Amino acid sequence: MELVTPSIGLVFWTLVSFLILLVILKKLAWKPMLGAIHERERSIEDALNKAELAKQEMARLSNENEALLKQAKAERDAILKEAKEIKDQIVNEAKTQAQTEGAKLIEKAKLEINNQKIAALDEVKNQVASLSLEIAEKIMRQQFNDKQKQEELVGELLKDVKLS
Amino acid sequence: MDFSHILNYKNFGLKALFALFLAFLSFNAYSNQENATIEPAGAEAGHHAAAEEKFDPTVTILEHISDAHSWHLWGHTSLPLPVILYTPQGLEIFSSANLMDEHHAAKPYAGKYYTYANEHEHIKVLKADGTIDESVSILDFSITKNVAAMFISVILILVIFISVAGSYKKRVGKAPKGLQSWLEPLIVFVRDDIARPNIGYKYEKFMPLLLTIFFFIWFNNLLGLVPIFPGSANVTGNIAVTMVLAFIVLVVVNINGNKYYWAHIFKPDVPFWLLPIMWVVEIIGVFSKPFALMVRLFANITAGHIIVLSLISLIFIFKTLAIAPVSVAFVLFMDVLELLVAFLQAFIFTMLTALFIGTAVEEHHH
Repeated sequence: MELVTPSIGLVFWTLVSFLILLVILKKLAWKPMLGAIHERERSIEDALNKAELAKQEMARLSNENEALLKQAKAERDAILKEAKEIKDQIVNEAKTQAQTEGAKLIEKAKLEINNQKIAALDEVKNQVASLSLEIAEKIMRQQFNDKQKQEELVGELLKDVKLS
Repeated sequence: MDFSHILNYKNFGLKALFALFLAFLSFNAYSNQENATIEPAGAEAGHHAAAEEKFDPTVTILEHISDAHSWHLWGHTSLPLPVILYTPQGLEIFSSANLMDEHHAAKPYAGKYYTYANEHEHIKVLKADGTIDESVSILDFSITKNVAAMFISVILILVIFISVAGSYKKRVGKAPKGLQSWLEPLIVFVRDDIARPNIGYKYEKFMPLLLTIFFFIWFNNLLGLVPIFPGSANVTGNIAVTMVLAFIVLVVVNINGNKYYWAHIFKPDVPFWLLPIMWVVEIIGVFSKPFALMVRLFANITAGHIIVLSLISLIFIFKTLAIAPVSVAFVLFMDVLELLVAFLQAFIFTMLTALFIGTAVEEHHH
């Protein structure tokens, strides 16, 4: 029974010391401590939220950068492709032009050669004709001096004619 | 047959220890009983002399877990404590050293108004012929061993927490350091795992009370486990201390009880003819909750102390040093367990306080 009989003195002193402890701790310990813990938790939460936002911002920026890069690459590719096309076109054009030009030149040269040939032949013919006439004149003049020779010559000429 | 796998079970050693421990525990209880029957109530007057001849663990253990007017340090050395008596004629204050001789035997002391004697740690008034005068009722407000131990723990708590609060002011917004980082998890634990889930959003108002209860009980539990001077008192294992704590909880819960709380007690949702019975049940419930708090803490701490003291008593019962290693091993085991119990009981007391406050301030009602 002794154990479960509270003594008035201990009850009194416990009540006094607990209440004093409660009041002092409330004022000097719990308030600043809980306040500081709460404050720190809030600042940590804030920092985490900010970090999250910064992360999102970073992701957005890097996405943007990537998009820009992609666009730039596409543009570059397009430009290169266009340049290649232009180059091919120019080369092809030059080729065809050169071909046509060459063909024209060849044609012209052929024509010229023909013309020259015709002209040369004409001249040769004329000269042959005039020479023949001169020769014939001279021969005629000689031959008409000698009758026999005249006949021989005619005969020879005739032979030649036949041969030719 | 190979039974070696049995030894490989993880908790086999622990089980064996428990079995051995329980065996000794029951033996000890038996020996207590035996002593009680052989030596009925002990020799009242010649107790000191009798203790030399026959060791009575019951008396020794009860002496150790009870309050005392002087703080026994070692051998015949005690710390005298002030005796404060409220007598019908006025306040009487003197040192407890006056109440005993050099052999620690009780002796009468003639004070200002009466002659006093320490009768088994109860201060009684003596008549002129040396017999106890029951007609004079005195109130004993002495600074007993438990009161002194409680003062020490209160001062310790104040010093620790005020210095830690100082480091909170010094290191605003920084990570905790030193003692601060040791205590902060406990404070956050009380807040997040005890107050918030049980009380709800109004928890902040009750945080100082819950924290004070938690650390007061825990520190006193821990100091009670220390077997030498600053500890050694059984503060939280004393029914007066737990009664005061439970009373404070009772007052706080009922002062903060809102209309739903009182409606639940006086207008419960039952047929009208059941109301008188419900009133009785609910009003008993109001008082039984703190009562359970009081008994739980008292019984747990006292039981722990009794077990440790019983194990130590084994050495004196067997009167051999050979049993000492066994006793010491079990006491060590119990002390480690008591460390856990010290925390657990502080936690349970605070937890239930928060729960009772929670039911009192609960807004909605089913």
